[in-house]
Amino acid sequence: MTDTRTPLLEVKDLEVAFRTQRGSVKALNGVSFTIEHGETVAIVGESGSGKSTTAAAIINLLPGTGQITNGQVLFEGQDLAKASRSQLEHVRGRGIGFVPQDPMSNLNPVWSVGFQVEETIRANGVATSPRDVKKKAVEVLKQAGLDDADKRMRQFPHQFSGGMRQRVLIGIGLSGDPKLLIADEPTSALDVTVQRRILDHLGTLTGDAGTAVLFITHDLGLAAERAEKLIVMYKGDIVEAGPSLEVLQNPLHPYTQRLIAAAPSLASRRIQGSEQKLGELKHDTETDAGSVDLITAAEERAEHLAANPSEPVIQIRDLTKVFKIRTGGFRSVDFTAVDKVSFEIPKGTTTALVGESGSGKSTVAKLLLGLESATSGSISVGGRDITTLNRRELFRLRRTMQPVFQDPYGTLDPLVNIGNTIAEPLKIHGVGDRDSRRDRVTELLEQVALPVELADRYPNELSGGQRQRVAVARALALKPEIIVLDEAVSALDVLVQAQILQLLAELQSELGLTYLFITHDLAVVRVIADNVCVMQKGRIVEQASTDEVFASPKEQYTRDLLDAIPGAGIKIGV
Amino acid sequence: MVFYVIRRILQAIPVLIGTTFLIYFLVFAMPGNPVQALFGDKTPNPALLAELEKQYHLNEPFIVQYLYYLRDVVTGNFGVSFSGQSVNDVLARTFPVTARLALMAVVIEMVVGVTIGLVAGLRKGKLFDLSSLVISLLFLSVPIFVICFIGQFFLGFKLGWFRTTVGADASIPNLILPAIVLASSLVAINIRLTRGSVIETLNNDFVRTAYSKGLSRRRVIPVHVLRNSLIPVTTQLGADFGILLVGATVTEGIFNVPGVGNTLYQAIIRGERPTVVSFVTVMVLLYLVVNIIIDLIYAVLDPRIRYVK
Repeated sequence: MTDTRTPLLEVKDLEVAFRTQRGSVKALNGVSFTIEHGETVAIVGESGSGKSTTAAAIINLLPGTGQITNGQVLFEGQDLAKASRSQLEHVRGRGIGFVPQDPMSNLNPVWSVGFQVEETIRANGVATSPRDVKKKAVEVLKQAGLDDADKRMRQFPHQFSGGMRQRVLIGIGLSGDPKLLIADEPTSALDVTVQRRILDHLGTLTGDAGTAVLFITHDLGLAAERAEKLIVMYKGDIVEAGPSLEVLQNPLHPYTQRLIAAAPSLASRRIQGSEQKLGELKHDTETDAGSVDLITAAEERAEHLAANPSEPVIQIRDLTKVFKIRTGGFRSVDFTAVDKVSFEIPKGTTTALVGESGSGKSTVAKLLLGLESATSGSISVGGRDITTLNRRELFRLRRTMQPVFQDPYGTLDPLVNIGNTIAEPLKIHGVGDRDSRRDRVTELLEQVALPVELADRYPNELSGGQRQRVAVARALALKPEIIVLDEAVSALDVLVQAQILQLLAELQSELGLTYLFITHDLAVVRVIADNVCVMQKGRIVEQASTDEVFASPKEQYTRDLLDAIPGAGIKIGV
Repeated sequence: MVFYVIRRILQAIPVLIGTTFLIYFLVFAMPGNPVQALFGDKTPNPALLAELEKQYHLNEPFIVQYLYYLRDVVTGNFGVSFSGQSVNDVLARTFPVTARLALMAVVIEMVVGVTIGLVAGLRKGKLFDLSSLVISLLFLSVPIFVICFIGQFFLGFKLGWFRTTVGADASIPNLILPAIVLASSLVAINIRLTRGSVIETLNNDFVRTAYSKGLSRRRVIPVHVLRNSLIPVTTQLGADFGILLVGATVTEGIFNVPGVGNTLYQAIIRGERPTVVSFVTVMVLLYLVVNIIIDLIYAVLDPRIRYVK
């Protein structure tokens, strides 16, 4: 039935522009590619590269003022760029399914999950009678991995976890039995192990049905592992395209080379696989960002530390935190978030706390920072137990211990300029006068490699990476000895991530800082941490030096986490 | 659900006590002797005066009087008006009229406000949106009694579409003009609120996802845009009810509607303490009940707000 000679989707010279007050801004400058029946293609690039715009333009759902200004989107020979609204409504859902990026915001919170699946099935004419529609909805959700679908149909999105919601969205995307599925960063908001399960599942589903898939992702490892063809985008242009392995092993464009170098998942494989090549790489030009220098720096530090073992600055013993969860009325159930956790952090080193969400790693950070009080156990910082401190002593302790949190958009007050944001800890702790504080802000901005003029600007004028630098500068303001980094690079693009990790490593060797690095991303751990504690369900299941954990993980759970790193199985002959 | 309602009712008790205390204190502080006022220009017999004062506990200290009053409120006895009618009877007669008027105003507000607001939100920045902004600002900035007179003059007197005053026959057709006037400023607020809410909802990812599922515009707008936009509008309805009560006092006075507002207005002018205090108490009570109901509707509209399991 399908004509094998004409491709399923053919994008020709696609140009997209956004209207702004200062005129129109081009987001895509003539993008062309094809997707064959049943083929899996991935578009890779950093945010702003135009990869999501491409996905949105295909189904003609560009956000805001975006418009296709030139080119064609031929889906089975029909030009979607010029199609009428009703023609498009006909193609969406049953011709092209779409799995959006963020599972938290893409389901309507006021309708039950079942309702939202059923309306899709009805709109695409898959079934009509109420009973058939319901049956199909249960089937679709079960296929997507929701085992108790018939029971959970009546629940609302907020009663589902992120992973479950993503399954629902995949179910919705596939419920019209589309010929092409566009998956826009379908798992970037999820834990690595959940990500792997969902992607495996998606692969099986589309493979069985012969559905073509267009992946949009910033994760090169993931793209290479899942897709046959790779398209690398940069600033609205396709800079490189070809079979995945070929692109990875023999990247021609400098941007692709940088992307490969910065991807922590791939980099970590590289030091294991081809350490002898490191020497050559070290002399590479600046285009080879971050990771290589990071790895060598980490190695040097590891040698140095092995030679001079230092005092533990943080000692945590049998730390336990029990939350009471209300079950309605006055009853409550105990939930042990942190269960007899013990570890030490030697001065001037980085310890990574790794685990999936819900494993209790962030609670440990909060307990250490004194933002939550421990149920039992002790935390000693610099030899003093901090669980018994009163408010004033805790206040003083905070001078030596500062946090950097995950979301660079949420942790900066949009109404306070950068200079005052960085100076705020100084003000609160009454350090110096106005002039000396201003000098310190200048010094800090230089330390985190930001231009001094930024002091008068406001957070919304900064990029995500710049904001995270500001957060780091604010944490450094009081000259602390310890910095707690809670998923501090998880929300950033790979290239920016590499830069921030680099900055953190430099600051550590310069200022002798001690880091507690909390993350779900083992790939990042590899390049930054000296020691690793793996947490699962509130307990530490494995604890060793980074090299040991990566070389010979003892626990099955750790092995699962390691396997889940996208692209872990790909060998790159750099 | 039951737990939540009980908690809300318990929370309403201190509010009720606080407001009634305030009202009682203000009325108490009004100059003049209420018993003396009963006699008008005549000079009463001092013995009778003392007897009456004793009967109404007027010789007791303020706080004792207040406690007597609270006892009466709890037992549902609101006293007797100057004309000799029991206040309960007056309430029973006037309340249905005001309820009808208020309900009509709310219906007009919701239908007109939400419709115009939705269209304005969907056509952000277009002519319809801008003209709705200008008109709603006009209605918001003109005081309600001015709108009353304008409505009365043009729609009632010049065009003769409606009766200029209502009088004793407070039937639905006769109440249309007062209801429109009463709703006018609320419609203006509602338009602005709905418009903003619709624009915000349109920006949500799930709206785009709804289109990507293959749904038509005709389905996405009511089901995924309007439904979500109504949540803040409904909350506003509770606060609107307060404006409605104040507006009713003025509007009923001008259109001579025999409702709660009009009676209260007359009672304030005549200094009828029992009537003023009782009516205001009932209004506060009503306001609290309406807001509890609104919060329950809110839970129906937004399943994320679950009060109790």
